Amino acid sequence: MITDAPRIITSRFDRADSHTLAGYEATGGYQALRKALSMGPAAVADEVKTATLLGRGGAGFPAGVKWGLAPENVWPRYLVVNGDESEPGTYKDRLLMERDPHQLIEGVLLASYAIGCGQAFLYVRGEMALAQERIATALNDAYAAGYVGKNILGSDFSVDVVLTWGAGAYIVGEETALIESLEGNRGMPRLKPPFFPAAKGLYMQPTIVNNVETLANLPWIVTNGGEAFAALGAETSRGTRMFAVSGHVKNPGVFEVEYGVTTFRDLIFAPQYAGGILGDRALKAFIPGGASAPWFFEEHLDLPLEKVTVDRAGSMLGSGAVVVMDETTDAVKACLRVVRFFARESCGKCTPCREGTTWLQNILQRIQDGYGRPTDLDLLMDVSDNISPGITWPPKQTTICPLGPSAVSPIASAMQRFRPEFEARIAQAEEARHSVPVNFTKASSHG
Amino acid sequence: MARLTNDNVELAREIIGRYPRPKSALIPLLHLAQEQDGHLTDEAMAHIAELVSVSSAEVLGTASFYEMFKMEPVGRYMVNICTNISCQLRGGEELLAHAEKTLGIRPGQTTSDGLFTLEDVECIAACTEAPCLQVNYRYEHRISNEGFDQLMNDLRDGRRSDIPPHGVLAEIRQHIPADRRAGNVTPEDTVIPVWVAAAGEGEK
Repeated sequence: MITDAPRIITSRFDRADSHTLAGYEATGGYQALRKALSMGPAAVADEVKTATLLGRGGAGFPAGVKWGLAPENVWPRYLVVNGDESEPGTYKDRLLMERDPHQLIEGVLLASYAIGCGQAFLYVRGEMALAQERIATALNDAYAAGYVGKNILGSDFSVDVVLTWGAGAYIVGEETALIESLEGNRGMPRLKPPFFPAAKGLYMQPTIVNNVETLANLPWIVTNGGEAFAALGAETSRGTRMFAVSGHVKNPGVFEVEYGVTTFRDLIFAPQYAGGILGDRALKAFIPGGASAPWFFEEHLDLPLEKVTVDRAGSMLGSGAVVVMDETTDAVKACLRVVRFFARESCGKCTPCREGTTWLQNILQRIQDGYGRPTDLDLLMDVSDNISPGITWPPKQTTICPLGPSAVSPIASAMQRFRPEFEARIAQAEEARHSVPVNFTKASSHG
Repeated sequence: MARLTNDNVELAREIIGRYPRPKSALIPLLHLAQEQDGHLTDEAMAHIAELVSVSSAEVLGTASFYEMFKMEPVGRYMVNICTNISCQLRGGEELLAHAEKTLGIRPGQTTSDGLFTLEDVECIAACTEAPCLQVNYRYEHRISNEGFDQLMNDLRDGRRSDIPPHGVLAEIRQHIPADRRAGNVTPEDTVIPVWVAAAGEGEK
């Protein structure tokens, strides 16, 4: 269902000055901060809880609940903003950082105030030079205007917001890896338990890690109230959400839609969104929530963009990345490309992921190149099973973080639906092997 | 160039000063060294090790994990073409093949004139604008073969002054004015924040 829900986080995107302090202030900017300072930290946290704002980074954990996991009376607490957007198909946090950096900063201030953080770190992906510049400018202006830093707007609330940035590593989007990176280390995830960041995170202190889009919602929630936010969307998916629709569609784009009620069909086919499949071809498959998500097909088009529904249907909305593949798509090639990504980005800490993803890539590569063996499909499933026992959804894992199991998703999907394509590729390879001229084998056996 | 220049040491100290623990400044400092020299030299990494009081091995350990840090000289322009799924579906691999052919190099290699280094990269978060690429981490959206050729020519002929040489990332830096700073919060600062205490939420 397409609704006329307000645009909450992309409301300024059409303005040329959306990234400036003047543009932000002219459109209600930093009014939520003023309101919050008069409410007190607990009331702000309550509004966010009432809103039932689900984290927009991938896992979809309620932000208000996450804040509450910090152990009582343990200080200091830190806030870390995850702006390391790099899940294939995902394009939203970069837009929020480039086009409306003050909205994010105000969100950081509101969260810091509610949680009790005196220092926050805004970690931007290394490759995003413009986002870093826009946030640096916005922070410099916001400090000068008294919105950030010591005794904010004359109150007793003080917080430093430090812009920091990475240097190219997908895994750093995982929150414990991000904390390692922020401590100046190799970005390898920590074993959880015991190191759940809310209890022991940055410098082993309670640390809340929130995604950029999650925090960008806070100014609207504080201004309009948690109930107004919760009035939008479905019971388990409130508010609005940004979805990037890419691949074989007529009008690829990033769209903010009402969460929980808009369907995949709306998003992919409606003229105001992606506008249908390129060349009006048939749909082959689509990835509903980034490269880690199992693929969906024609029969899933009428599912709403709603967390629980999509989880139950065997995939996830993840980071709001919908990648559309039309009927001309080569399933082996697409599957290989996604698996290769995880093989390249494995941090190497856990053996099943480090070795397994590499082997999955090698096997798929030889199938793709015409050297596949009849035993390869079983081998793919066997290696997958060693990374993610049972190959179920949600995935079980033999690894510290979900990167390894993520490489299993495209294989499980493609093999379930397009196994004949893999078999045909292998059969061709077999035929080629057996059609080697007799003279050639003779000659080569003589060395 | 080897160690950080005096100006960069001053910048480095300002950056280190923004973190409760000096080692947290490591990645930004490595970027600063790469901005100075175009790649990371052993001398610069040793200098950074001194500045944040860790061993050179620890600095190398961190640096070698991250793809953006180059231990060898690279071209003035790093041309990163995305071939991940969204770009693959819209011609990213064909674009890469075109780039290889016209530049005469394979991913990871640098043209003999030292201008271009080509890379076959993972998703750079411009999926709806596929195929896409970055030159020194500045985006080019929905780029055709002709558009690519034009871009290379513009870079060769110095018509893209908006793209700084490799190593320069953000050209605007954060500066926190001394009179506005709240100050670092270290793990040793175990007192309850004043605004939380004032709200009577000490028991929360």
